[in-house]
Amino acid sequence: MNTSADLTDPPKGKAAGLLLSKQHNRRQQRARLASSFYHKYLLFSIIALCFTLGLVIFFIGKTAILTFQEVSFGEFFLSLDWTPEEGKFGAALFIINTLSLTALTLLIAVPISVLLAIFIAEIAPVRLKTAFRPVLDLLVGIPSIVYGYLGLTVLLPLLREWSGQGLGDGLLAAAIVLTVMILPTICRISDDAITAVPKKYREAAYALGSTRLQVIFRVIVPAAGRGIVSAVILGMTRAIGETMAVVMVIGNTPQLAKSLFASASVLTSNIVMQISNVEFESTWNYALHMMAFLLLLISVMLILLIRVLAKKGGAPS
Amino acid sequence: MNHSKLAGRRIRVLMWDRLATFGFYSLAVLICLLIFWLLFTILSKGLPEITLEFLVKLPEEIDPGGGIGPMLFNSFYILTLSLLISLPIGIGAGIYMAEYAPSNKVTEFLRICIESLSSVPSIVFGMLGLAIFAEYFGIGLTILGGAVSLAFLNLPMLTRVTEEAVRAVPNDLRNAAFALGTTKYQAIRTVVIPVAMQAIVTGVCLVAGRAFGESAVILLTAGLSTSGEMWDFNLFSPGETLAVHLWYVQSEAIVEDARQIADKSAAVLVFVVLFINLVFRIPLWFNHRKIRK
Repeated sequence: MNTSADLTDPPKGKAAGLLLSKQHNRRQQRARLASSFYHKYLLFSIIALCFTLGLVIFFIGKTAILTFQEVSFGEFFLSLDWTPEEGKFGAALFIINTLSLTALTLLIAVPISVLLAIFIAEIAPVRLKTAFRPVLDLLVGIPSIVYGYLGLTVLLPLLREWSGQGLGDGLLAAAIVLTVMILPTICRISDDAITAVPKKYREAAYALGSTRLQVIFRVIVPAAGRGIVSAVILGMTRAIGETMAVVMVIGNTPQLAKSLFASASVLTSNIVMQISNVEFESTWNYALHMMAFLLLLISVMLILLIRVLAKKGGAPS
Repeated sequence: MNHSKLAGRRIRVLMWDRLATFGFYSLAVLICLLIFWLLFTILSKGLPEITLEFLVKLPEEIDPGGGIGPMLFNSFYILTLSLLISLPIGIGAGIYMAEYAPSNKVTEFLRICIESLSSVPSIVFGMLGLAIFAEYFGIGLTILGGAVSLAFLNLPMLTRVTEEAVRAVPNDLRNAAFALGTTKYQAIRTVVIPVAMQAIVTGVCLVAGRAFGESAVILLTAGLSTSGEMWDFNLFSPGETLAVHLWYVQSEAIVEDARQIADKSAAVLVFVVLFINLVFRIPLWFNHRKIRK
């Protein structure tokens, strides 16, 4: 209203300047207000996020700590005997199984997915590139339960035939399923990281007469290191915490996995198999919560470890 | 002498380069085949036999021929609710981390929090939901509990994808906006976010797809049963989703055609996830093309 009045009848001289600057001031004030409001909103979001983490630690930890009322620290972490019906709560076997499953998965998945990411970002011609990325996204979308179902109905019979022993379930089956699951995660994020490397790095390296292979492994991969590491973190996260796919192919026997084809059980699969059948106020339930808390600790610790490594490696931040 | 040595080295290096290129191509072809084989296996087994009736019918406990109506509905319902909760917070936090966070100890701590949270296994969120809603509030296994727990799971992922997307926007654009006298908020709203939009939407679609197929969280917080009627919007009724139903049919169901139901459910799950990804991204592709031209 004000502006239209100004337009039809522009005030003259000093008054005009004053009015305009007043208007200008008001606009500026509004912009500043919006800006600060926005800032507060963003700050609130991030605090909500941290609050969630606190919530997780509090609720899981509170119940988990009750485990040690009846089970000794040593028994829980060192004993391999998990027979809750007889009051034996040794979780060491689940911990070891989880670690070996994750290691096996990463061993297969990381080379494949990082190489594939390099292919997509650096080698593939543009048309292939634009075709390949959405295809990989398709793979991310497949729900974990469907992977588990496929593993159960397609992979296990194959493994059974190939190994000729048992049911075919166990660490190897779980690791293969997990590999397919985390491959797109690692690959897609590494791809983004590699694509984000400035073009001038490449041009400088090519100008010095490097071949493409040399450019890739001496310039681009180190420059994208931070992104690739975080990609692997995310993949590892998924591998450690994956429940439904693993539970369907690993066999679910609480014993140490001595071979790749022995039926075993990991932290996640054991929790999901047992938690709905136990009383809330029982040592069994507390022990399951302790295992969940351990999962939490393992993943947090891995992330801290990788951060430290990344800093030591001098990855550009 | 020296010259020939150099030439030999050059040939070797070039040969390695060719070999590696060949290796990269064959790896890519293999992975591509694997992906299409996977999709084909899932979809070909289930899709041809799906009828509209199967999609809206109530499930049967004993007789064959049951449908997946309530589960399919619950899946969408819980997904929508969880996104309503997590989108504003997740995207806000992502923008904060990318644009506002000063580089100091506090930010470092926040980043560790986000990374830790995104590394928390989904089953732990399920147990959190169980502890909060079933034990603390005592309302049992409900749609509400499932949706909130799923939102917890989505949050860190959304934050990460948003942060990556916003960070990828070139600084020149921001500086240009600032040079025109914008405030930080205006620069972000009018320049940074539109540029980052494609990546953000892609990320949100991935998160939504994953949430749609998430089973561990829902299994623990929304339960293994439905209220037994279609279109039940009640937040406090049990909310078995399609993904959980697949698990249930596969492990506990006693109906004769459990295998067929499982096949069909898997196909529907995958189809919907693909659909979410396609529908939301096609307009963006067109947009992108327009910008390119």
